[in-house]
Amino acid sequence: MANWIKIKNNVKVDLGKIPIISVNNLRDEVKSIGKRPVGFFGKDWGFGCVRLFIVLADDANSEFFLSSVVFSGNDKSYESLTQDIPAFHIFEREFYEQFGIEPLNHPWLKPVRINQDKYPFFEMTGEEVHQVAVGPIHAGVIEPGHFRFMCNGESVYHLEIMLGYQHRGIEEMMLKNPSNQLAESINGDSVIAYNTAYSQTMEALKGIEISNKAQLIRKAALEMERAAIHIGDMGAIAGDIAYLMGASVFGATRTLVINTMLEICGSRFGRGLVTVGGVNYDIPDDVLNRALETLNKVSKDVDRMTNTMLKNSTVMSRLEKTGTVSTEKAAEIGLVGMAARASGVELDSRFDYPDKWMSELGFERKPFKGIGDVNSRFKLRYKEVKESISMVKKILAKLKDYKDEPIIAEGVNNKLSSDSFVISVVEGWRGEIVHIAMTDINRKISKYKIKDPSFNNWYGLGLAVRNNGISDFPLCNKSFNLSYSGNDL
Amino acid sequence: MFDTLKSRIYQGKQYIKDIENAPMREQFRGFPQLCAQADTTCLEGVCPTGALNLNPLSIDMGKCTFCGACGVNGGNVGCEAVKFTNGYKLTSTCREKLIVTPETNYEEYVKSAIETKEEIVKMFGHSLKLRQVSAAGCNGCEMELNACSNVNFDMGRFGIDFVASPRHADGIVITGPISENMAYALEDCYKSVPDPKIVILCGACAISGGVFQGSTKLNREFLEKYPVDLYIPGCPVHPLTFINGVLGFIKGRK
Repeated sequence: MANWIKIKNNVKVDLGKIPIISVNNLRDEVKSIGKRPVGFFGKDWGFGCVRLFIVLADDANSEFFLSSVVFSGNDKSYESLTQDIPAFHIFEREFYEQFGIEPLNHPWLKPVRINQDKYPFFEMTGEEVHQVAVGPIHAGVIEPGHFRFMCNGESVYHLEIMLGYQHRGIEEMMLKNPSNQLAESINGDSVIAYNTAYSQTMEALKGIEISNKAQLIRKAALEMERAAIHIGDMGAIAGDIAYLMGASVFGATRTLVINTMLEICGSRFGRGLVTVGGVNYDIPDDVLNRALETLNKVSKDVDRMTNTMLKNSTVMSRLEKTGTVSTEKAAEIGLVGMAARASGVELDSRFDYPDKWMSELGFERKPFKGIGDVNSRFKLRYKEVKESISMVKKILAKLKDYKDEPIIAEGVNNKLSSDSFVISVVEGWRGEIVHIAMTDINRKISKYKIKDPSFNNWYGLGLAVRNNGISDFPLCNKSFNLSYSGNDL
Repeated sequence: MFDTLKSRIYQGKQYIKDIENAPMREQFRGFPQLCAQADTTCLEGVCPTGALNLNPLSIDMGKCTFCGACGVNGGNVGCEAVKFTNGYKLTSTCREKLIVTPETNYEEYVKSAIETKEEIVKMFGHSLKLRQVSAAGCNGCEMELNACSNVNFDMGRFGIDFVASPRHADGIVITGPISENMAYALEDCYKSVPDPKIVILCGACAISGGVFQGSTKLNREFLEKYPVDLYIPGCPVHPLTFINGVLGFIKGRK
């Protein structure tokens, strides 16, 4: 194991302990470990060198494998990993875009976030073949991205997704001026998840232990965020099949959850709640009791509407067998989070990298038998809404045991530890949000790497729409509801 | 069928009847009330966007993310200089008016912040169709703008709607700090809207860059080239802030 070290979630390691393997060994090493990638990124290493860090997730043992490769100024290429392990495709594209080191024989080495005017689209020719270009500005009020459909009549052969319009240079900004406010603005629909991941990396580097109370409030907020967005998306799926009853009712039900969040922290999406060292707001008893009442109502209302909706045959004919991603495909291309679970790949970092509360509060993984179609993604959302609400109720009940604890821990102004590496993985509602921070000898952040689940999953959407009617695209898209801003950073 | 009807009856009517006087939860961080007498030394360096100026004391709502870091109801419990009230009518037609000083009080701000014109009321007072452009917005403002059309806020009843094409629109709503990669599409969209047209900046990012000020990946030239009609602060903008702001502008109501 001298070629790799094992690290834990939210625990820092010395940079000096990270092994360096040779470029030629890279592929064999990664193949022999056989784990999925969660980090694959470069960093300027001085004297024209680039150091590539590789983090693989050992989900079964709650550990990560970490190693690195140093490319000297003359090494401008290597044999791509994607040829053997397709899940690496987007990581290698990003690495190439940022550092110009080419993964040879990569099957689709295209831009990730820049050079949209030079994007080499796949081309198809034939008598009945045509292309449909959509975006970057879409019909609805959503984020920008460009989609290019290669169609034969109404059926889609292939969809190319060109992103990068949302690129704001977040990783660069994180070096200069890292803050909770910046972290929660990376992706405004996963505020709690992003801010928690950022705060955990900083706490690991500053050596802060946050209080039980703060941990529980964060955890409750994360599950409320999951429930709220899933309910909203169930409404959006209903809206995209013109089942307006569902769209209205789920929309109104989501309002109840986010307004509860507003009562807790003054923002409907949880902004300002999580901070390095803990949380900014305690939950007073009256707010807590009202929250419990509201969640009971939400749970009942979601049951009621879901049952009504799924009994409707016109609804089912639109949801079933639309936009299918098989289990094999999902695993092969490395889908994560909710999209993976809907396809039958059990990945959930809440359970794969559990904190102490998962066992203490008796939260258990309940596998979902999905076949990867829109129906599976809808039903999985319903299941997760119910689970999240029941988790929040247990967490809030437990909170009463820690009444006297502080919400912010000591040591917020500590300096970061020098020459360290830390990874923090948080299961947002889309899937694993990975934040990796490295510090230099001056105790400054020298590299900040963020991976949104959408980074892995956009290609899954491309596969889902193959051989579907192009008119089902909005429905497929909504069933994933991937992030543009999280991908583009 | 019966289930659907039962659900419909169970849900009842949920729209907010009087949207201009809708109550807001007290915890909401809205209009900041400043106190000139209070000690501000503890507020040095707390503002992530440079919205807070200590000497003399002021908050620029065009930059403010309403994070609460400087407020008594936020992280710094010891400091009394800033208090975020639940006032949600934050919209202004004038960029300078967004700067709140200890002398500004909420009631007076609401009365004077929106200065509309007769032509606007005449032209758009009964129907305003908007094309939204997300120019590197984080999806926070986008979700809240979508919420404006839900059954609670029901913005459509005032004739205000989001439309799919700029060709059908009377103006554009910009969210996000405007990334380099979106600059061309934004301008293209604006040019596609028939005259006369309005521009609304929605959220701290659009108005000032918000937390992304100083990013090298932005291109905000659009705002130097074209006039802006309405500034709607927030991070993200609350639906009540948006609807009341637009209503004030097109109907001339305060």
